[in-house]
Amino acid sequence: MYRSHVLVCGGTGCTSSHSAEIIAALESELKAKGLENEIKVVKTGCFGLCALGPIMIVYPEGCFYSQVTVEDVPEIVEEHLLKGRMVKRLLYDETVMKDEIKPLSETNFYKKQKRIALRNCGVIDPENIDEYIAMDGYQALAKCLTELKPEDVIQIVKDSGLRGRGGGGFPTGLKWSFTAKNNADQKYVVCNADEGDPGAFMDRSVLEGDPHCIVEAMTICGYATGATEGYVYVRAEYPIAVSRLQKAIEQAREYGLLGKNIFNSGFDFDLHIRLGAGAFVCGEETALMTSIEGNRGEPRPRPPYPAVKGLFAKPTTENNVETFANIPQIILNGAEFFNSMGTEKSSGTKVFALGGKINNTGLVEIPMGTTLREIIEDIGGGVPNGKKFKAAQTGGPSGGCIPASLMDTPIDYDNLTAIGCMMGSGGLIVMDEDNCMVDIAKFFLNFTVDESCGKCTPCRIGTKKMMEILDKITSGKGTLEDLDELERLAYYIKDNSLCGLGQTAPNPVLATLRFFKDEYIAHVVDKKCPAGVCKALLNFSIDADKCKGCTACARKCPAGAISGTVKNPHVIDTDKCLKCGVCMDTCRFNAISKK
Amino acid sequence: MKSLEELMAIRDKAKASMTDREGTGDGIRVVVGMATCGIAAGARPVLNAFVEEVAKRNLKNVSVAQTGCIGMCQYEPIVEVFEPGKEKVTYVKVTAEKVSEIVASHIVNGNPVVDYTVGAVVKD
Repeated sequence: MYRSHVLVCGGTGCTSSHSAEIIAALESELKAKGLENEIKVVKTGCFGLCALGPIMIVYPEGCFYSQVTVEDVPEIVEEHLLKGRMVKRLLYDETVMKDEIKPLSETNFYKKQKRIALRNCGVIDPENIDEYIAMDGYQALAKCLTELKPEDVIQIVKDSGLRGRGGGGFPTGLKWSFTAKNNADQKYVVCNADEGDPGAFMDRSVLEGDPHCIVEAMTICGYATGATEGYVYVRAEYPIAVSRLQKAIEQAREYGLLGKNIFNSGFDFDLHIRLGAGAFVCGEETALMTSIEGNRGEPRPRPPYPAVKGLFAKPTTENNVETFANIPQIILNGAEFFNSMGTEKSSGTKVFALGGKINNTGLVEIPMGTTLREIIEDIGGGVPNGKKFKAAQTGGPSGGCIPASLMDTPIDYDNLTAIGCMMGSGGLIVMDEDNCMVDIAKFFLNFTVDESCGKCTPCRIGTKKMMEILDKITSGKGTLEDLDELERLAYYIKDNSLCGLGQTAPNPVLATLRFFKDEYIAHVVDKKCPAGVCKALLNFSIDADKCKGCTACARKCPAGAISGTVKNPHVIDTDKCLKCGVCMDTCRFNAISKK
Repeated sequence: MKSLEELMAIRDKAKASMTDREGTGDGIRVVVGMATCGIAAGARPVLNAFVEEVAKRNLKNVSVAQTGCIGMCQYEPIVEVFEPGKEKVTYVKVTAEKVSEIVASHIVNGNPVVDYTVGAVVKD
């Protein structure tokens, strides 16, 4: 029996800031102090508050240490674990009260969250099946196999109102029922963990923090739809997720939770992992299955839908990681539990990966219907450096953006579609006044141009054409006709592309055109970039009144474009200027501006 | 895995070892003084004895924690028991042997072991 548990985040974010070294230091320090039998060190999944990583929580006090370094470890062991005195300087400010510490659940970041898919992330050791079972793990599977008929399971999922969390929002129960009613000698379950949107890491965190819930949910899906084999298609770029999932599958096999005759019910199920090589298009369901089959990842036309002819031409159910992560809780607590959360047509919660210009970068799970304002201002802690919030990009390269004027829209599938945006898989990138929306659209389009598989012409050539127009606009050569052509092309590509990649690729352009047309017009008509991002449209100049003639900028300028004598105002030669901005960073008197 | 019972047995065993992660809630809190004075006087075996006793009896809602120096170093090891809605009880010169008695009488049955409290000892 241990008197204290020390939980250290082993998610990718904290691992990249050396949490593995912290764990090693902690273990050796505990050993040196003879505490290894009193204090247990647990490596968990992501806590969500990645901005403050590496994160360490010490129980039973529940004290939350943030931005811990290897050098802090001896002090934590000596002071806290040996003598019981919390190391105040490392405590997360928000949890510090006068004489006590406030539970994490009462901090702004966690207060408005409701964790269903992420319930075990940062709570259990993901590499220990017993800890998952301690949190009621595999009970939902036991309930399905021993008490429920497959059609009952599907009915519960239907009643829960769960919709596909990969972004499409298709009702999950309905999807399962399609596969269930097709008879075949072999059916499959596929989990889509090919999370490719820039800035999104929801699925990674679930797989890293709670891999067993995916194993359990896929087995349940197999039982409900009549499948006996499952594949998890996960990116090779997620090594921690892959290794934890592999361990989870092995442990489940050892316990007989995968394999033959599970819970003595006569039901057999087994799982395999397939690694994706990093092609964005493989996140599209038909391309994903083509890739699992060992072929080049290219989409195929639908119909036939996967429920009829999917993996290896057999009926297949494919769901996203987060969708699966909700299943065990729905089965255990009932459909009512789930659809009591969220909005009428979008029940439950949604996980978002907060990134960009926001204080609390990290992973949040909120009930559907929460407004963007609550996510950004309350949970996310607002925009840093006193800058003004401009827009949030949702759904990555397939999504749109929500401008500041629509911040109070309750977030759910239908509301976001209504404002011309989309839920997407959950990447939420916050932008402030320093972000140029044309540049953002260009960034995402550039991504889809690169990632287009090339099978169909609208996507392969159309996105490239759009990219050329955006290049023209950002280099100051655009015309108003270009804007019309951009829009026409966008709709053409949407209507005629073969798969979801092409059908959604123009979304970032369309959304920014809708909400930030004035910025496009400023680029085209005034030849200015209001946010000061598009270099071709910028001019650097020195304010003669502010310049002290210190010569610092002239010495740093790589192009020798700045001239002037000591103690006299300097001048930038715009013909020579490379617009690199070094002078602006160098000037101590704020005398240089870009317009 | 052949039955729900088998699963539940694993669950209960694993859950028992994870109770301290649920936080203190409104349960009873046992706090052991673990400053230099406490440690020198033998607080570590006392702390461990509490942890083991609580685990052995499978007590829910009881957490064992440590704290710094309370200021009465001559009476260490000092243990404080906080019960919601009740006055805190302070035990002094606690030894590992006294722990099972304190747990049985006070924490389980609600009768503080007056003989070991600061009031009784300091009067002498």
